[in-house]
Amino acid sequence: MSSPTLYGLCGAVLVGLGLFGLIVHPQPLRKIVAFNLIGGGVFLLFGVVARRGAAAGFGGDPVPQALVITGLVVAFAATALAVALLLRLFHETGRATLRSDG
Amino acid sequence: MAFDTGLAVLVLGVAVWTITARDTFAAVVGFVAFGLLLALVWVRLAAPDVALTEAAIGSGVTGGLLLGAHTHLRRTETAAAGELPGAALRLAAAVLCAMVSAGLAAIVLLLPEPAPTLAPQVAANIATTGLGNPVTAVLMAYRAVDTLLETVVLLLALLGIWSLAPDRVWGGFPGPHHDADPQGVLTFAAQLLVPVGILVGVHIFWVGSVAPGGEFQAATILAAMWILAAMVGLVDAPPVSRRWLRILLVAGPAVFFAIGLAGFAMAGAFLAYPPPYAKLLILTIEIPLTLSIAATLALLVAGPPERAPQR
Repeated sequence: MSSPTLYGLCGAVLVGLGLFGLIVHPQPLRKIVAFNLIGGGVFLLFGVVARRGAAAGFGGDPVPQALVITGLVVAFAATALAVALLLRLFHETGRATLRSDG
Repeated sequence: MAFDTGLAVLVLGVAVWTITARDTFAAVVGFVAFGLLLALVWVRLAAPDVALTEAAIGSGVTGGLLLGAHTHLRRTETAAAGELPGAALRLAAAVLCAMVSAGLAAIVLLLPEPAPTLAPQVAANIATTGLGNPVTAVLMAYRAVDTLLETVVLLLALLGIWSLAPDRVWGGFPGPHHDADPQGVLTFAAQLLVPVGILVGVHIFWVGSVAPGGEFQAATILAAMWILAAMVGLVDAPPVSRRWLRILLVAGPAVFFAIGLAGFAMAGAFLAYPPPYAKLLILTIEIPLTLSIAATLALLVAGPPERAPQR
């Protein structure tokens, strides 16, 4: 098995792990962390596609690499917005829970 | 190969820790370590530009943001932990997630040979952009519209965060004011690191046209230096209603958009650059864009206004 394939399998497991955390963790902050783990896995899959596309003297296909850079920045913006929503919820209600009966 | 296997196992181990840790603080620290390990993976995948971005944004700034949120929410964690779903639901979730992972793993193993790639097209056209770094060429020339929209997404996220401010502090100072001991270690570290960090940021920006680096990595480093200085009270965020601040935030995307529109006249398409001036135009976009992204990232971390503006 080649190194890119190994990291690709690693990315596949990361997506599953993150998804599991997103579903089972009741704390919203843990869900946000888990969501970022899913993102890490998806980006890694992109990285593997890029590495496999190494050609023309480049170590990897620069197009998916650039997409990952864009994705990382957008993921950060989404995380910042999620954290701000969560903190506002906490300041409004004194609790940080997604339970609807509160 | 042995190194890659060890690194993959380590990444997965830290990821499992991040998900299963009982304590949220431990999970966030695990996530920061995960990001740094992932940056190493990016180096192994021959993507140094992504490695820099991952270390700076994915691990550093995101980690700081999550740690800050954790200090606010610490008291709520034990109450929320009692809402853990039952064993049956957890088992169902585990089975579902294992199936998702298995499906993705199958796709990885069945990827077509030879792998499709756009690298030869990038190599064939890179000379017309005047750039030496293929990733920067993709970001600023071939897929410039993605980059333009991404900067708009950053601004939209910031607008979303600002609009969470209560009415009485609208237009005020974002986040709490920090005061650190002026003789303390953190203040000393900030005074020592910030000037060096700003130089590193400018360097990463400048070499980005020919070597790994670029505006996003540089902007993150500049934003991190501002955050460090703000943490010890050396600087304070301006009220979000300040006109110069708003101009700074939109300057990058506005210049980008204007040069994109000028592309219709100069080269016949949106965001097309006439080859002799390509590098000059790209630099003209990148300089305000770096400053705008740095300011946006710093304010995204600072959060919504919390203190009323002084009248």
